[in-house]
Amino acid sequence: MELEAIQSFRPLYAMLASAIGVLLIGLSWEKPNLREFWTILAAVIKFGLVVSMIPFVLAGGVYECSLFTVVPGLDIAFRVDALGMVFAIIASLLWIVTSFYSIGYMRACNEKNQTRYFMCFAITMTATIGVAFSANMFTLFLCYEAITLATFPLVGHKMTAVARRGARIYMVYLLGTSLAFQLFAIFLTYNAAGTLDFAQGGILTGTGSTALLTIIFILFMAGITKAGMMPFHNWLPAAMVAPTPVSALLHAVAVVKAGVFTVLRVVFHIFGPGLLDSLGISFFAAYFICFTIVMASVIALTKDNLKARLAYSTVSQLAYIVLGAVMLSPSSMLAAIIHIANHAFSKITLFFCAGHIYAVTHKTKISELGGIGKKMPWTMVAFFIASLSMIGVPPVAGFVTKWYLAVGTVEAENPIILIVILVSTMLNAAYFLPISYKAFFGKESPEDAGSQQGSGHHKVRELPMMTIPLVFTAIVSVFIGIYPDFFISLAQEVLRP
Amino acid sequence: MSFGPTTFISAAGSTPVLVIVIPLLAAMLAPIVSRIHRSVGWYLATTATFIAFLLSLSLLYTVIDGGTVSYRMGSWAPPMGIEYVVSYFNGFVLAVIAFISFIITLYGKKSVEQEIPEQKIPFFYSAYLLFIAGIMGIVITGDIFNLYVFVEITALSGYALIAMGKDRKALMASYNYLILGTIGATFLVLGIGYLYIATGTLNMNDLMQRLPEIYDSTTVITAFAFIMVGLCLKLALFPLHIWLPNVYTYSPSIVSALMAATSTKVMAFVLLRIMFTVFTPEFVLEVVPVTKILIVMSCVAIIMGSLIALGQTNIKRMLAYSSIGQIGYITLGAAIATETAMTGSLIHILNHALMKGMLFMVVGAVVYKTGIVNIKDMEGLGKRMPWTMAAFTIGAMSMIGFPFTVGFISKWYLATGAIGAGMWYLVPVLLVSSIMTAFYFWRVVESVYFKGRSARIDTLKSPHHSDEAPFGMVVTTLFLAGLCIYFGLWASGPVEVAKNAAAFLLGS
Amino acid sequence: MIEIILGKYNYWIYIALMMIGFYAMIAKENLVKKILGMNIFQTGVILLYVSISKVSGGTVPIIWDKGGPYDNPLPHVLMLTAIVVSVSTTAVALALIVRIYKSYGTIEDDQIVVINSHDGDKEIPSEKASTII
Repeated sequence: MELEAIQSFRPLYAMLASAIGVLLIGLSWEKPNLREFWTILAAVIKFGLVVSMIPFVLAGGVYECSLFTVVPGLDIAFRVDALGMVFAIIASLLWIVTSFYSIGYMRACNEKNQTRYFMCFAITMTATIGVAFSANMFTLFLCYEAITLATFPLVGHKMTAVARRGARIYMVYLLGTSLAFQLFAIFLTYNAAGTLDFAQGGILTGTGSTALLTIIFILFMAGITKAGMMPFHNWLPAAMVAPTPVSALLHAVAVVKAGVFTVLRVVFHIFGPGLLDSLGISFFAAYFICFTIVMASVIALTKDNLKARLAYSTVSQLAYIVLGAVMLSPSSMLAAIIHIANHAFSKITLFFCAGHIYAVTHKTKISELGGIGKKMPWTMVAFFIASLSMIGVPPVAGFVTKWYLAVGTVEAENPIILIVILVSTMLNAAYFLPISYKAFFGKESPEDAGSQQGSGHHKVRELPMMTIPLVFTAIVSVFIGIYPDFFISLAQEVLRP
Repeated sequence: MSFGPTTFISAAGSTPVLVIVIPLLAAMLAPIVSRIHRSVGWYLATTATFIAFLLSLSLLYTVIDGGTVSYRMGSWAPPMGIEYVVSYFNGFVLAVIAFISFIITLYGKKSVEQEIPEQKIPFFYSAYLLFIAGIMGIVITGDIFNLYVFVEITALSGYALIAMGKDRKALMASYNYLILGTIGATFLVLGIGYLYIATGTLNMNDLMQRLPEIYDSTTVITAFAFIMVGLCLKLALFPLHIWLPNVYTYSPSIVSALMAATSTKVMAFVLLRIMFTVFTPEFVLEVVPVTKILIVMSCVAIIMGSLIALGQTNIKRMLAYSSIGQIGYITLGAAIATETAMTGSLIHILNHALMKGMLFMVVGAVVYKTGIVNIKDMEGLGKRMPWTMAAFTIGAMSMIGFPFTVGFISKWYLATGAIGAGMWYLVPVLLVSSIMTAFYFWRVVESVYFKGRSARIDTLKSPHHSDEAPFGMVVTTLFLAGLCIYFGLWASGPVEVAKNAAAFLLGS
Repeated sequence: MIEIILGKYNYWIYIALMMIGFYAMIAKENLVKKILGMNIFQTGVILLYVSISKVSGGTVPIIWDKGGPYDNPLPHVLMLTAIVVSVSTTAVALALIVRIYKSYGTIEDDQIVVINSHDGDKEIPSEKASTII
């Protein structure tokens, strides 16, 4: 069925909203309140623009916006389809939430260079929406690299030696692999297909030998490091040196989701499920990803640093998305798409909680969290809910993914992967539940108890500016667990042959 | 064939010769008029390069509209007289060279006043304009012996310019360049001699028509070998590059910028020109296996240039080794010899001139304000010279080849050209080199923005405040930085010209 | 064989001169000797050009009363230019050597290398840099 397409600059406006925001934020560097107002305003306008495109996309339509041709064959063009819509909605909605949270966090922690921080944040969001709305691999690659560049100052924000080291690892992994493998894959794709435009069912069918196409696929998979697949996952834990809102942004909204989104684009619109199926590489890839799922969970178990544990959890959860995509059964692909949303809301909640704990108590280790649930009830309840989502307990969002993924393995008649999913669920439980248990039923460490009584102004209090966002995302996690129809209908739109 | 003077007038009138005559005249005037006031030299240089730029643009348009333009020196008809020819190919390079020299001249006023002793400034501009006249002459001439003469004019004025560097090492850099440059040029003239023995003509078009009959003669092959080695020395193709790093490191800033942007590019252009329009693609691809050798050498240059650049602590030297790697890109595209790869090669002449010229201008501005040339001392410079460092970052991204900069366009054509020619194994070379480029440039960007102030900056006046280079320097640098992005996003125009030029070179 | 060696003696001389000059340019440590080598090297090339202009039985290419073969004048003219180039290169090189001697106190390449390695990368003094503005 031919999709209905209309020419419109609306996708461009959605990007411009944050791009203009960058300028305004930069110009009002002397007035923090005005600066933060611009951030919020840009975020809200952007979200509004994205939302305004939903009805038409849900009805099967596509917005197209061809900007210009760089050189013949390389176009800067945008196209809003259902898959891009899933990503764009999540990213733009979470930007609003993260903005509020950032303001709270940055002020609570007295971070320096806040203007640079908010500017880079806005640039990152511009590029993220760019990734979501790219109409071809070139535009996507451009925005993909722009995200890397714009997040570099965010990761190294503290400018200490440790932060620089983390940022450098981040840069080396993301930039190195994308320049070495992804770009190579793009060259080969262009040479084989003569175009880089995304198309339903792929553009590579019948263009090259099986060997060539397999190589292209492997290069893409190795080059899209943002998806966090092993063995190129090390940047994620290294990037934990960033301020927590940035980690939240990296892990839930912009960076890793841009990665898995790119994987989905490659699978659906460069190769096409049909071609991948005939190449016979998908199950090999699936087993490879299963290894990532299990290994990341095992490593997460060993981490005492809360953010590091969350980071490895992200590696494992992202692998679900990629796994769902490469299994190529209808339900698993559906699971892959909706898990972008489900994971985003739950994981951002977890990071918000970690950041809130740090901002209020300056604690980063799980072993220090004994009894914190009593002092920060809202936060830890939200954390618990989000953990349940990660584990896949109904009615929270993660369950929906797990369900469809499991159904997918049955459709694909592959019990091994089913077992891997079950094992990983148990591992998830094993590394998440103890945190909540410790928070609510564990004992406070003696020195904490001592300092509490000693001076009144050290009293731990939850900050509304940070609590409200994380409660909101926790509620959304539950909500899209109970009513998953919206994202499922978008996903079905993507998968419609 | 007519021997006497004729009344031939080409479509472009005498523009082709004016492009050279104007800087040449200005070069002679510079020491005289500078007696009026010391800054007159600069105004003269700016005016001359600007006029040359306008003329070269008008030539380029004439060529695009109506095909090749020819000018007969003293109205003597070729092949007897010396002919100046402007085709798609060299019209493009001419415009690039003229443009970059104009921008660099515009930029250089303060830098020259600071780095060159006052009494030498008139002579500096004289040599400077002579250099520009020389490179323009190399590009435009259609006579191969005349080419040699222009090569030597450029080289001689270049030696003088380099030796004006502040450090005494500049003298040795200049001397070593003189020795190697003379060997290169003498090989060139030897090769030309053999060509003359074989054909009895020195006109390039004429050579191209006469040579194919005698392609298997030893004389022609010897001539070709001498010319190639001589040119490779001049364009600093690894491992014949040893003169280049010291030259770029110790010359005055403006000279580094000018030479990095133009001189090796022009020699690369001459290489292309001789390979494909004096000899023919048939010769270099089939008769002698020179393209295969050149592919290997280019790959070695690309990798080794980047590798050595990784270890440098002096920013100018780092840029110099980076140039050695980038020259490999240009020769690689030429050696693959398909239309797409050749387009990449030609577009890289423009792109690299933009980026490297701009980066050396940034370094010049930094030296001007702070005297810093060590990367370690540049820590914290991001706050002190925000605009200049922004330009540097754009240049760095361009060198790495990010997909909104000119660097990506070159890489795109070179890589797709290589794959299209079935040489996909060359792509990893390009990619590995861009990763190494990312390493050594990002190291600088990181220390500029993400580290505290270096002890060196603390010794300067008011270290806490931003202290930007003079307006003229910043504006020109940013202008080139803007072009690096502009031509990275709207590349169709230059690519179109380069593509036509590539088609012209490959004779299709 | 003998004929090849003796009959083309001018070419042999040209090759010998070139090699002598080339060797001196590369192997000599003394900067002036290098320049001497360079001059010999270029002279070799001049000899080649002049050799090829000879036409057997030809005379001076001035159109006089008698016709007949003339030597080719063009290579001579070219070599006039080459000599000019060579002279100017020598001049620049000697000027450089004078300045090198003034600042290093020696014109031996190996000694200069040693001096340079002790120098490090000298920079323009920063105070001076910022006061000139």
